[in-house]
Amino acid sequence: MDLNPSEEQQQLIDAFAAFYAKECPVERVRAAEPSGHDAELWASLRAMGALEMAVDEESGGWGASLLDMALVAEQHGRHLGPAPLIEGQVAAKVLARTGGDAAAETLGRALGDDHLVTIALHPPQGGVLSLVPGGSVADEVVFFDHGRLKCMAVAERGRPVPNTGSMPLADVAVDPAAVELVSGAEAEGLFESARDEWLVLMANALVGVGARSLELGVDYAKERRAFGVPIGSFQAVAHGLADAATAVEGSKLLAREAAWSASEDAARATELACLSCGFSAEAAREASYRSLHYHGGYGFMLEFDIQLYFRRAKAWPAVFGEPSSMYARGAAERLSAARTDG
Amino acid sequence: MTMDFRLGEGSDALRDEARRFLDEQLTDDLREQMHRTGVHHDWDFHKARVESGMLAPGWPVEYGGQGRDALEVLAMAEEFQTAGAPTYGGSTTLMVANVIRHMGTEEQKRLIVPQALSGEIIIVLGFTEPEAGSDVAAAQARAVRDGDEWVINGQKMFTTNAQEADYVFLLTRTNPEVAKHKGLTTFLVPLRQPGVEIQPVFTVSGERTNLTFYSDVRVDDSLRIGEVDGGWEVMTVGLTFERSLPQGGDSRRLLRAMERWALTSVDDAGRPKSEDADVRARLGRAAAEIEVSTLLARRCAWVQNSGTLPGVEGSMAKLFATEALTRQSADFMDMLGPDGIRADGDPAAVAHGIAEYLYRFALGTTTYGGTSEIQRNIIAQRVLGLPRG
Ligand SMILES: Cc1cc2nc3c(=O)[nH]c(=O)nc-3n(C[C@H](O)[C@H](O)[C@H](O)COP(=O)(O)OP(=O)(O)OC[C@H]3O[C@@H](n4cnc5c(N)ncnc54)[C@H](O)[C@@H]3O)c2cc1C
Repeated sequence: MDLNPSEEQQQLIDAFAAFYAKECPVERVRAAEPSGHDAELWASLRAMGALEMAVDEESGGWGASLLDMALVAEQHGRHLGPAPLIEGQVAAKVLARTGGDAAAETLGRALGDDHLVTIALHPPQGGVLSLVPGGSVADEVVFFDHGRLKCMAVAERGRPVPNTGSMPLADVAVDPAAVELVSGAEAEGLFESARDEWLVLMANALVGVGARSLELGVDYAKERRAFGVPIGSFQAVAHGLADAATAVEGSKLLAREAAWSASEDAARATELACLSCGFSAEAAREASYRSLHYHGGYGFMLEFDIQLYFRRAKAWPAVFGEPSSMYARGAAERLSAARTDG
Repeated sequence: MTMDFRLGEGSDALRDEARRFLDEQLTDDLREQMHRTGVHHDWDFHKARVESGMLAPGWPVEYGGQGRDALEVLAMAEEFQTAGAPTYGGSTTLMVANVIRHMGTEEQKRLIVPQALSGEIIIVLGFTEPEAGSDVAAAQARAVRDGDEWVINGQKMFTTNAQEADYVFLLTRTNPEVAKHKGLTTFLVPLRQPGVEIQPVFTVSGERTNLTFYSDVRVDDSLRIGEVDGGWEVMTVGLTFERSLPQGGDSRRLLRAMERWALTSVDDAGRPKSEDADVRARLGRAAAEIEVSTLLARRCAWVQNSGTLPGVEGSMAKLFATEALTRQSADFMDMLGPDGIRADGDPAAVAHGIAEYLYRFALGTTTYGGTSEIQRNIIAQRVLGLPRG
């Protein structure tokens, strides 16, 4: 067991930490509201290789492991990156894995041009892909429909859906001219792995959201005074923060284990993807809620940054589903493994 | 080096050995005995552990151990805990043996440690008193010097396994004139002697513990551990050994039983429980929490392997795992519906009423070894750097 990032992993973390500190200070996050998309940040992320890292070398990328991508996602979460990084990466990854001309062309556009390709996390209902992440700014969307993995241009950019987390979401109508990439069991397998990858990366992004939320709360609790003492000396405050710190620390271990398992413990990869995202979602929500509440009335003011975290902690994972639905998926995996074990 | 979540080959091998050992030694009769008596120590089981090298594999070879690293020992300990094996007596004994190894005299190391590691004796903890629990440094049990001996008078509360034990590791007050942390001394007091009275105390989980009374009990100065009035330092060292314990084992046993139930039960419409979304959500939440408990505990052992004593990492692991068990046991009772309250002994109880039992058992876990509030204080001050209240 080794819980320390390797030297290269540490370099990757440092590089992206420095990148976000420079390109994504909180003023940029605020400036990107309410659309939730900072086109300049997106361009810089692409220039950094954030999309290429997701794709293997034959398809023109650097073939980073899911764990490496997870470390980047954590930084993205810490800084509330207003750009559909995770969806862009997952879409690129699934296109590379799918193969075939149509997928390769879309992937080429995603990597080469200023062309944003995203992925819908659920099949369409009544001809509409609901709450597509990045959907209001995407040029193309990959989706799964009736046993087929498809891709289509987002003709008129989807109507942005106003939402809790200031995310660039849209409901996107399915175009009958959508291109089929692959069908059958293979298509389903590809879609499910893409969803697992999204869950793992989101879990790690939420670790960043939770960790930064906690820091904001702890810093405030050390400075703010009431009744002549710092509020952090009240146990009611300190204990809430201690619980949140423990949950966030746990979420970090679990989210990293989930990312690691993708290549090192395949039998548990899906289970851990689901469990880690559910847990990180709850830990981040708890940490941001506690920290906001311990800001008192100021936490309720737009001016204080904690509200930015509180809203995203809830909304980012919600485009997949509530934590319970993630737990249920994880349990289904465990149950089917237990059934075969006898 | 790269990030790796495997415990390693040595750990896997020792885990397998532990499983084989438990299959053989943790019999239904022994489980029944533990349940009936509430005693989580059994001499035959304890001695069999020694025979199989399963008591102290982490100890250096010169003491009779195998010099295994902390992650290997943890893998073994996880199995014992998951199985619900009777390990309390062994754990407290090893903890005190460790204190002696670090702070004891050569004579104590020569006389006591080998007996502890060979399974001849067990040592229990006498810290808590009727008037001093969390504030353990407020202990009042008095020790007064008389030549080469000390005379002890006082009471200890929750002296678990005293009725089985040879010695109690006793925290006493030797100087009432100074600040409370500065007047404490620890002794290894033989329990089988006149003046010691052991009164059973029964608990809501059925676990047996004791109230112990000490009236003019004499102990030789050679059984003093650490300096006179240096008891707090001894305690500080002792408590760090409690920090790389496995966590989540009881929860793991509970979850397995509930997963088995889900796979073998149907609802009124004949639909398998394993397909019910609510059942799945509850099982999945517990599975996530258990993975976290396990990882937080493994992190302590990993820290220890890299040569540092775990501190606050242990507080996080203990706090999280015990609070999680409290939630899970209640939640699974709810999941089972009215049948959730059926207790062991009722043929219709699910998996011997394990959820119902752990619902009661969990209460102790958030209390002993430092309550959840004490752990939160430690985390707030030492991890978050918040000011003391
Ligand atoms: C099953 C069982 C076995 C045990 N075995 C042993 C044993 O073998 N040897 C031994 O010495 N002891 C043993 N104990 C005792 C255990 O360590 C104490 O019960 C524990 O330390 C708490 O002390 P207390 O019971 O006096 O509670 P108190 O200290 O009186 O605490 C009461 C409540 O107040 C809270 N509280 C106390 N101080 C603070 C604070 N500073 N901040 C916030 N909240 C606070 C506590 O968290 C708790 O909820 C055992 C206990 C149990 C239940």
